[in-house]
Amino acid sequence: MLSIENLHVNVGDKPILKGVNLQIKPGEVHAIMGPNGAGKSTLSHVLSGKAGYNVTEGSVTYAAENLLDMDPEIRARKGVFLAFQYPVEIPGVSNIYLLKAALNSIRKYQGLDEVDAMDFLAMVKDKVKLLQIDEKFLYRAVNEGFSGGEKKRNEILQAAILEPKLCILDETDSGLDIDALKIVADGVNSLRSAERSFLMITHYQRLLDYVIPDYVHVLAHGQIVKSGGPELALELEAKGYQWVEEQAA
Amino acid sequence: MTAQHLNNYTEEYKNTANTLPGQSLGWLKTIRAEAFEYFSDKGFPSLREEEWRYTNVSAIEKKLFSAQLNLDESELDKQWLNRFRLEDALTVVVVNGRFSKEHSNLEGLPDTISVLSMTDALDQQPELVEKYLTKAVSNSEHSFVAFNSAWFSDGLFVHVPAKQVLDKPIQILHVVTQADFLATTRNVLVVDAMAEVSIIETFVGGDDAYLSAVVTEVFVGENATLTLYKMQSEGDKAYHFGGTYVKQQRDSRFTHHNFAFGGLLARNDIHTDLDVASECDLNGLYLGVKRQHIDNHTRINHEKPHAISRELYKGVLNQRARGVFQGRVIVAEDAQKTDSEMNNRNLLLSNDAEVDTKPQLEIYADDVKCAHGVTVGQLDEKSIFYLQSRCVDEETARNMLTFAFANEMVDKVKLKNLRDLLLLQLLNRFPQAGIDKEWL
Repeated sequence: MLSIENLHVNVGDKPILKGVNLQIKPGEVHAIMGPNGAGKSTLSHVLSGKAGYNVTEGSVTYAAENLLDMDPEIRARKGVFLAFQYPVEIPGVSNIYLLKAALNSIRKYQGLDEVDAMDFLAMVKDKVKLLQIDEKFLYRAVNEGFSGGEKKRNEILQAAILEPKLCILDETDSGLDIDALKIVADGVNSLRSAERSFLMITHYQRLLDYVIPDYVHVLAHGQIVKSGGPELALELEAKGYQWVEEQAA
Repeated sequence: MTAQHLNNYTEEYKNTANTLPGQSLGWLKTIRAEAFEYFSDKGFPSLREEEWRYTNVSAIEKKLFSAQLNLDESELDKQWLNRFRLEDALTVVVVNGRFSKEHSNLEGLPDTISVLSMTDALDQQPELVEKYLTKAVSNSEHSFVAFNSAWFSDGLFVHVPAKQVLDKPIQILHVVTQADFLATTRNVLVVDAMAEVSIIETFVGGDDAYLSAVVTEVFVGENATLTLYKMQSEGDKAYHFGGTYVKQQRDSRFTHHNFAFGGLLARNDIHTDLDVASECDLNGLYLGVKRQHIDNHTRINHEKPHAISRELYKGVLNQRARGVFQGRVIVAEDAQKTDSEMNNRNLLLSNDAEVDTKPQLEIYADDVKCAHGVTVGQLDEKSIFYLQSRCVDEETARNMLTFAFANEMVDKVKLKNLRDLLLLQLLNRFPQAGIDKEWL
């Protein structure tokens, strides 16, 4: 599904990613952990097409296509979804409007008719319940005045409605109390399927107690320095990042 | 202004004066004569005046707009007019500067409340009009006010007596259809103690050049509530000069929504004088495209203690349009415990668009809470990327964000029919590719 090969990325003249290799198959859940400044967010931004990153070497292939050639909206329409670390507030655009615009962009891209208004509303209301979001939030401006937890739940709601093939969760657990974390994790788990893959980027091991990954990778100094199963996350939690950094050096 | 140009208007006035309403009223003759003299002496405002330094009105001096009417109101395209007519409102239609009985609809107006054309008001209730006319603003404010007092040919007179609440809004629909016409109207709105009403001023017109000059004097009594809306959607070649001058008594509430959409050159002045513990809320949205010039001036006079003022003006300027915002808040020495906030936010969509913004706080009291802020900027790149990551293409994302920025002001309007009308005006003036109106 996703194949990252020898990916080098600069911000300005400064190299941030220095040869990242990662293979994700359909249905797999990969966690990327690492210390601050390791390049975790850069990786998620490059995959979703944010401007300001310069790929100097390597390739990213998604569903047998060159992902890096695509505009951000094309990636999104083809099923790459980024749950933002800091979801943006958009006053004046309602949540429900954005959800409908996004879903219909995908459908149009796939050559399908616009979603029926009643079907759409029924589907949204169903997902809203799952994420324990108040229906009133649908009619409020996107993320405006939402608490940290509400913003993150809203990101997962969007994923639930857009049904992506690859879900990138950028520090989705940061800023969440334990109750909010559980709700978000339940939401993520409900989205897991044999076809849908996840790339979870996190600083802490906590999220991985609730969303159990198939693989854990450690990103440090712009490279994946260690990979393993879920037990690696526990080891990192116990020993800290310095241990792998030293091992890699 | 050269003598020649001034002569054009003063000469023209000699042909017009005896056709204006209130000929038999001595006090009004005096008002008009004094105003005419003031204008003859001063001429139109010049760029040398601080309050006019960004707005050049020389075009209207050079071109003579005439109040000589040669069109019949029955030629008016009713279907077109109905697009701007609000359902569920009492409507006073003024066509080419004159009240049109044919197009107006005041059905259902309670006997206790007066909603009249200015001509009828001067005829039926001259003493009441005399009590208020020129009492909220004087000639010396600027010469457009004097011009208006001398020239006005009609307008709206509203009197809501104490404790009366009018559940229907009142709409004045001001239409100009004659090319090169000079339409000068005067509105007087009186809301007595504890009364409540909503009034909508709507300005529309044809595709030819014309000049629309309006002064609205407003009196909000003790503990009374007035919500006043203005939708200025004049034709593309029109000149619009509007002034709204408000006197608020203690504990009163005045909310103004000022939508400046149309005209080649448009200027708005909104002034309010606040008595003890009164509140005003001034909202504005100006949209400029092509070579439009839209100027908004507000002045809030905190004259007495404990009053609250809130102000938010937003501007969106595209192509070569130019916007001006000048907002003054004056807190008198006596106005302790004043609570005032003023904000002006501008979005520039092209490199050639321009805005001049000048918030001014003048504070003479020492125990007050006053804040002001100004922003001038482009669309937020983070927001654009967020929308793109949600499958929306960049052009649509830009259109959505522009729309959203402006729509915040439309959303504040509580009257649904008016909100729908404003929404349509908004969408018609900006790129709307990718925006689905049905979803809004």
